[in-house]
Amino acid sequence: MDDLWFSEYHTDNVRFSIKVTRQIYQEKSDYQWISVFDSKEFGRFLTLDGIMMLTERDEFIYHEMITHPAMVVNPGIKNVLIIGAGDGGAMRELVKYKTIENIDVVEIDERVVEICKEYLPKTAVGFEDPRVNLIYQDGLKFVRRTQNTYDLIIVDSTDPFGPGEVLFTKEFYGNCYRALNDTGILINQHESPFYPNDAVNMQSAHRRIKSIFDMSFVYQAHIPTYPSGHWLFGFASKKFDPVLDMFASEWNELGIKTKYYNTDLHFGAFALPTYVKELLNE
Amino acid sequence: MDQSRAPLLAALEHMRHDRLVPFDVPGHKHGKGNPELTEFLGEKCLSVDVNSMKPLDNLCHPVSVIKEAEQLAAEAFSAANAFFMVGGTTSSVQSMILSNVKAGDKIILPRNVHQSVINALVLCGAVPIYINPQTNRDLGIALGMSVSDVARAIDEHPTAKAILVNNPTYYGICSDLKSIVTLAHARGMRVLVDEAHGTHFYFGTDMPISAMAAGADMAAVSMHKSGGSLTQSSLLLCSAAVNADYVRKIINLTQTTSGSYLLLSSLDISRRNLALNGVQIFEKVKRYANYAREEINQIGDYYAYSKELINGDSIFDFDTTKLSVNTLGLGLAGIEVYDLLRDEYGIQIEFGDLSNILAYISVGDKNKSIERLIGSLGEIQRLYKRSNKDMLDSEYISPVVLASPQEAFYAEKESLPLLECSGRVCAEFVMCYPPGIPILAPGEAVTPNIIEYIKYAKDKGCMITGPESMDVSFLNVVKGA
Repeated sequence: MDDLWFSEYHTDNVRFSIKVTRQIYQEKSDYQWISVFDSKEFGRFLTLDGIMMLTERDEFIYHEMITHPAMVVNPGIKNVLIIGAGDGGAMRELVKYKTIENIDVVEIDERVVEICKEYLPKTAVGFEDPRVNLIYQDGLKFVRRTQNTYDLIIVDSTDPFGPGEVLFTKEFYGNCYRALNDTGILINQHESPFYPNDAVNMQSAHRRIKSIFDMSFVYQAHIPTYPSGHWLFGFASKKFDPVLDMFASEWNELGIKTKYYNTDLHFGAFALPTYVKELLNE
Repeated sequence: MDQSRAPLLAALEHMRHDRLVPFDVPGHKHGKGNPELTEFLGEKCLSVDVNSMKPLDNLCHPVSVIKEAEQLAAEAFSAANAFFMVGGTTSSVQSMILSNVKAGDKIILPRNVHQSVINALVLCGAVPIYINPQTNRDLGIALGMSVSDVARAIDEHPTAKAILVNNPTYYGICSDLKSIVTLAHARGMRVLVDEAHGTHFYFGTDMPISAMAAGADMAAVSMHKSGGSLTQSSLLLCSAAVNADYVRKIINLTQTTSGSYLLLSSLDISRRNLALNGVQIFEKVKRYANYAREEINQIGDYYAYSKELINGDSIFDFDTTKLSVNTLGLGLAGIEVYDLLRDEYGIQIEFGDLSNILAYISVGDKNKSIERLIGSLGEIQRLYKRSNKDMLDSEYISPVVLASPQEAFYAEKESLPLLECSGRVCAEFVMCYPPGIPILAPGEAVTPNIIEYIKYAKDKGCMITGPESMDVSFLNVVKGA
């Protein structure tokens, strides 16, 4: 059998590789290269411009962690905006909540959605719920035309270069602030603190969000296929403290099924390593 | 001619391929003698930073590849002759003026010209006859030249040798060039056009008329602005009525004899690109600018203006590739928005004056950068909007000319504190940069209005340039006058 490997450079000197059984699909869309592979260890996986987006094996961690922490803090969330999320995973988690009435999903690249629907049904199932409205548009363009509308905005972006670049800018976060109502929460994919190149992006994202939102926190998860495996998310809000204001027992009564997230982990996720705290305070 | 050719580029590639052993200047010898510079700019770049040699022709006396490249440029711009310039459009403007007027000659021109124009008058001693531009008080900008003002100036100064027109202005305002040419030519006056901001008029569709198409005699064209060539490269265009050999002599008075082949090849390559792809390129630029204008106007408080300003005279046409935005409705000076965009949002725009900003849109832009600009302007409105009652609204102050620029520039002078200069004759330039249009030129009266304006502009964060006193706390004025 052929010795095929998918490799991603996590730094100039560190490479992460997965043995590939076959490449399922490849295409260059208007925005990026989109590829789908099969592997023995991680199942099917999606890459954009050669960078790992999700694998069937570990995507549950990312998608649970980008959705449930906000829902525990404000169980009253009804109207949600998700930016990015072309794979559908975040929606799959959110539609578990009967109380959510509307989920607008703004993705810039229609081809990512089409390809995920065809080849990654385990996450793309999230598109099937009638509460999900899919809009193909630039994320910044969409939010800047919206005011005082959403209870929750989730920024499920790629890295801060290429098509996802705009979703890490101060003007984008500021326009999100305006698009949220006065109890609004902003959750964003916040890069990794470990390798210096990622850490710089992580720091500037935090600095920008902190300059706009009254409450701004960072939490973590362990995601094996992302650089260093240690990944961060941002929790910013006009009103809520993610630890002091959580409704743990109420959430547990809902009986939402998760594989990674639980309300004990919630506390730990916001308890950051010392070097990460220092990076965030710099 | 075959516009897909780029003779200068071909000659440089050929030279590189031949691996000539250099025993001539420049001393870095294809970069090998300066590894740090080569590392920074790249080996390819340094390998063509060479001196004139037979196969590469000579800018001062072109007979082969530069000549052919200039002829191709002339054809692309519908001119009889074109000169490659390496001293910026400043050098094109100055050569244009020095070719047409000499000491004591009169030249009719609008006062809101670039400093390079008045500098040329300091050099040659010609006397400016200023036409005060029409202004739009609400926008705080100077407009184009009104045809009736030009006619009056021609009647009053029938011995003037030339008229200079600034078309389009930085903000995109165009004058009625064709009518001005007709009026001037009927009285034997040359028409010179500072077309620094109008390279694209020669290539895009549905654009304001270009200087050459309007019958002007000469035009200075900033290829490095909308044309995409390297900074400091420029073109000087001549119609068939102009003796090009004389113009070359004038250019050689001040132009370097070591013209940079980086600049020259960038002109050749950019001309080819414009000739072959200009229509599509500027369609895209127009689309971006129009989109941004609509979206910015929807934010409210900003006014991104366009063709609705056209009034048949001082705004005869509008260049829709220019994204000029008035910020007074926001209670912020243009320069304040300009600073916020850079400091808070990492966006560098072309300039901000007291009432407007100009974001330069080009083929190098992408949807996402346009979205960032619009998104940031929205944020600036949300976070920084304030009452606009204390805003200075007029950008243009009509000058009182008391001496010619050359006379005042070389006169005996004294340095006085700015606040004590009222009533004196200024001996130097004062301007906000950009746009580099003088608030005061040598020979003009310093008035209380102007002093207040300079103070206000400094206060708002404009970079004031020109005077010997770097912070403009002092001014040189003519002694005893």
